[in-house]
Amino acid sequence: MLNELTIWELAGKLERREVSALEIMRACLDRIERVEGSIHSFISYDAADALEQAAAADRHLVGGTTRRQKPLLGIPIAIKDVLAVRGQPLNCGSKILGQFISPYDATVIEKLREAGAIVFGRLNMDEFAMGSSTENSSFGPTRNPWDTSRIPGGSSGGSAAAVAADECIAALGSDTGGSIRQPAALCGCVGLKPTYGRVSRYGLVAFASSLDQIGPLAKDARDAALVLGAISGHDARDSTSVEGTAPDYTAALDGRIKGLKLGLAKEYMIGGLDGEVGAAVQAAVSQYEKLGAEIVEISLPRTEFAVATYYIIATAEASANLARFDGIRYGRRVEGSDPIDLYCKTRGAGFGAEVKRRIILGAYVLSSGYYDAYYLRAQKVRTLIRRDFLNAFDKVDAIITPTSPTAAFKIGEKADDPLQMYLSDIFTISCNLAGICGLSLPCGFTASPKLPIGLQLLGKPFGEETLLRLAHAYEQITPWHNEKPPLER
Amino acid sequence: MSYEAVIGLETHVQLKTKSKMWCGCANEFGAPPNTRVCPVCLGLPGVLPVANEEALRLTALTGLLLNCTLPSHAKFDRKNYFYPDMPKNYQITQYDKPSAINGHIDFEFGGGVARVRITRAHLEEDVGKNIHFDRTSGVDFNRAGVPLLEIVSEPEITGADMAYEYLNALKDVLIHGGVSDADMEKGMVRCDVNVSVRPVGTEALGKKIEIKNMNSFSGVRRALEYEIPRQIAVLEKGGQLTQETRRWDDAGGITETMRSKEMAHDYRYFPEPDLMPFEPTEAWLEEIRRRVVELPLAKKQRLMRQYQLPAADAQTFVWDRALGDYFEALARKAKNPKSAANWIINNLRAQLAAAGGTLAGLKFPPEYILDIVDLVESRKISSSAAQLVFAEMFSGGEAPAVIVENKGLAQVSDAGAIEAYCDQAIAAHPGPVADYKSGKAAALNFLKGQVMKLSKGKANPNLAGEILERKLK
Ligand SMILES: [Zn+2]
Repeated sequence: MLNELTIWELAGKLERREVSALEIMRACLDRIERVEGSIHSFISYDAADALEQAAAADRHLVGGTTRRQKPLLGIPIAIKDVLAVRGQPLNCGSKILGQFISPYDATVIEKLREAGAIVFGRLNMDEFAMGSSTENSSFGPTRNPWDTSRIPGGSSGGSAAAVAADECIAALGSDTGGSIRQPAALCGCVGLKPTYGRVSRYGLVAFASSLDQIGPLAKDARDAALVLGAISGHDARDSTSVEGTAPDYTAALDGRIKGLKLGLAKEYMIGGLDGEVGAAVQAAVSQYEKLGAEIVEISLPRTEFAVATYYIIATAEASANLARFDGIRYGRRVEGSDPIDLYCKTRGAGFGAEVKRRIILGAYVLSSGYYDAYYLRAQKVRTLIRRDFLNAFDKVDAIITPTSPTAAFKIGEKADDPLQMYLSDIFTISCNLAGICGLSLPCGFTASPKLPIGLQLLGKPFGEETLLRLAHAYEQITPWHNEKPPLER
Repeated sequence: MSYEAVIGLETHVQLKTKSKMWCGCANEFGAPPNTRVCPVCLGLPGVLPVANEEALRLTALTGLLLNCTLPSHAKFDRKNYFYPDMPKNYQITQYDKPSAINGHIDFEFGGGVARVRITRAHLEEDVGKNIHFDRTSGVDFNRAGVPLLEIVSEPEITGADMAYEYLNALKDVLIHGGVSDADMEKGMVRCDVNVSVRPVGTEALGKKIEIKNMNSFSGVRRALEYEIPRQIAVLEKGGQLTQETRRWDDAGGITETMRSKEMAHDYRYFPEPDLMPFEPTEAWLEEIRRRVVELPLAKKQRLMRQYQLPAADAQTFVWDRALGDYFEALARKAKNPKSAANWIINNLRAQLAAAGGTLAGLKFPPEYILDIVDLVESRKISSSAAQLVFAEMFSGGEAPAVIVENKGLAQVSDAGAIEAYCDQAIAAHPGPVADYKSGKAAALNFLKGQVMKLSKGKANPNLAGEILERKLK
C-alpha cells in the first residue's frame, strides 16, 4: 500500500511517474477512513482540499519539477492542531477556540508548501500541548495503533499515531518537554525535537515560548531528515530563530558512525525504569558499540531538578501565553455581566482541567512575593542544567537514554495522578530546558502485549546531523522501524 | 503647620515610527476602526512579536536628549493583566532593565531654570481603544501595538504649575528631537500623576496617591490644583490618607477614588521569552548620537548669548524651527544679527503668514535682508522707506538697492533741500508752530512728520528735526 511507504520511497516513485500524488493522497484517505474509528488521530481533515493539493502536485510533476527542487512534492504531511494553517480550523485540542479558522499559515506550513508537500489534517493532541497521553484533548483521546486500549503518548499523540498507523506519510508535532519524542517512542516511529531556534515558531500556538520547538514525526530517520530540512532555517518573524540556512540533513546519512562518542548518564539509571525498556536500550548501546561507536559514562548532576524546574518555567510562560483566549476577539465566548465575569465564564467553560491546573500554577510562581523563590530560581537551575549538558558534550557527540521509562500505558491509568504523569517526562524534559536537540527512534518491543520501545539520542546545540546519522546507522542493522502495528490492513 | 507637595509624573508618549512596535501595520491615527491590524497586533494564536528597530533607536535618542545613561543590556518583559483593549492580555514592556535611566530635563520655571531628574524611559506597546455603544462595547485595535515610551520623573516636582511647565518642556524636547509628534488631541501623550503631601521640613513621604485619566497638560494642572489642597485638608482635620488610585473627573473638576491599594494589580512581570535582550553596539549608538539635536532651552540660551537676541525673539526661533534655521544661516553673515532677527520676525514672518507662503517659496535670497539692514544703518534709506523696500522685495524678489534706485527712495540728507521742506511745513501749520513755541515739545513731531510727508519719506528724519528746532528757536 502506498500509504505505508516512506517519503524517500514515494518521492522516487513519483519522480519515475510510477504513481501520482493523487493516488498517494487517496491511499492515505482510504486508510484514515478504515482506521480512524479505532485510532482517532485526527480532530478533522479536509479531504477535498488535500486532493486539490495532490492534483496541483501532479501538475508540477508533469511540468518536470524534480525532487531536488521540491523534496516533498506530492507527499501528504499531516499537521498537529497547534500549528496555524490558512483556512483550516485551529483548536489546539481545546474547546475554547470554538469555530476559529486560521487566517494565516505558520512559517513551517509555508515552508512545507514551498517543498511541495500536501499539507492536511488537524492532528489530535493534549489541550494546548499540555500532557503526555493525548487524554487531555477535548475532542476525545487518541488510541495507540499497537494496542487501542492504550495511550499513544502526548502531547503529539495524534501525530505519532497517524504516522504509525500509516494514515499519513509524515507529520509535524511540537515538543515542549518531550511531546514529539515520547509519543514517537510509544507508537514506534521516529520523532525529532530540533535545537531551540532551528525551526521558526511563528504560527505555533505557544505553550511555553522558551521551550517549544516544532519537529517531524516520520517512519524512519531519512524521512525525519527530509522534513526537518524543509522546515528549518532563519525566519525574520521569529526573533528567537537563528541566523543562517539549515544544512542538507540527508547528506549525513552515510552509515559512518565509527569513532563517535556516545554518553550514558549515570543519573538516568533510575528506579522506575521498566525492565524490558532498560534491556532494549542496553541492547541498542551494544549495537552502537558494534558499529564502532565508543560508549562513555557521563554525569548530568542536576537531573533530579529538571522536572520541578520545567513545571515552573513552562507553566509560568503558559499562564501568559494562554491569557489571550478570553472570548473577546475570537473563539468561544460565554457572555458575562462585565468583562471579568465574561473572562471567568469563558475560560471556565473553555479550558480543561489540566490547562487550568497549569495556568494556576504558572500564575502562582510568578506572583508577587513568590517570583524569586520559584521563577527566578528555576531560571538559575535551568542555566545549570544547560551547563551540565554542554560540559557532557565536551566529552561525547551524543547522549543515549530511554525516551520514556515505560511503554504505553492504559487509557485512564494515570489520569488521576498528574504528578506520576509529570515524572514520566524525566528523560525528555532536560533537552528542552537545555535548548539542545533530541531524537527518539524505535529500539524494540515489549513482549506481551507487543508495544514499541523508544531510544532517545540527545545532541549538541545544532547537532541534528549527528543524531540523524546515528539513527540512520542503527536502522541499517535493526528491523524495528519497519514493523507495522496489528491494525486491520 | 504648612505642607508641601511631592509630585512624580509618568508620561506616555507615542513614538513617531512608520510601523507598529511588533508588526508591519501602519502607525497612523484616525483610520477607520480595525483597518490597521494584522494577526500579530490582534494577538491571534501563534503569532510572535519582532521589535521595531526605529522604535529602539527613538527610545535611545530620547534617552540622550534627556541626558540619560543607556544601559548596555535592556530587555522586554510581560506585564500581565486582563482588559478588553489588550489583545494578548499581557503588555510587552520593559520592567527592570529599561532602555534609558538616570537623566534630567532643565526648563524655565519661576524666573529661573528648574531641573527635574528622569528616573527612566522605557519602551512598551500601546493598547487598543474601547468604544461604548448603547448596549454593547467595541474595541478598535488600530492603536494596539503602537510604540509607546514611558518617561518617569523623580518625585521632585513641587506644584501644579511646575508639573505643567515640566510637561511642556518634555513635549518641546520630544517634538524638537523628532521622537514624537506629541499631539495631545490625538492621544499621543498621556500622563499619570503620583502626588503626596508632607509637612514642610520633613523628609518622609506622605501616602502616595496616583491620579489617572488626565488627557491634557492643563488637566494635570487642574487635577493637582484640586488634589493637593484636598490632601492637605484631610491631614489638617486630623484625618488619614490611604494609598490609592484616583480618577480625574475633568467635567466635575474633582478627583475620586478608583481603587485602593488592596485592589492593586499583581502584574506578574517576567522576561518576554519571544524577544532577545537588547544590547546596543557602539556603532549603533554612534548612529543615534549623530541624531541628537540641540535642546529647546539650550538653543534659546545660546541664541540670546550668541546673537544678543531678546528672550522673546530667541523663543520664537526655538518654537518655529524653520524660521530659526533661516535666521541662523543669515546671522552668521550679519554684522548686526539682532536687526536681522527683527526683520525676520516682524516683517518676514508676518508677510509669510499674510500671504500663506513658506520659507522655501521665497522669491528673494536671505542675504537681501542684510542689504536692507545695511541700507538703514548707513542711513541710505529711512526706516519707513525700508518697510516699502521690504514689501516690494517680498512680492517681486528684486534686490533692495534696485528697488531704492527705481523708486527713488534714497534718503535726502542735503540740508538745503530739507530746509526748504521745513520752511514749507512751518508756513503751512501756524497752529502747531505756536504750540511748540509755547512749550508743547510734542508739536515738533507733528511738524517733522509733515517734512517727511513733503519729502515723500526720503528726508533724513534726524536732520529734519535739528533744522526745525533751529528754525523755531
Ligand atoms: Zn499589525
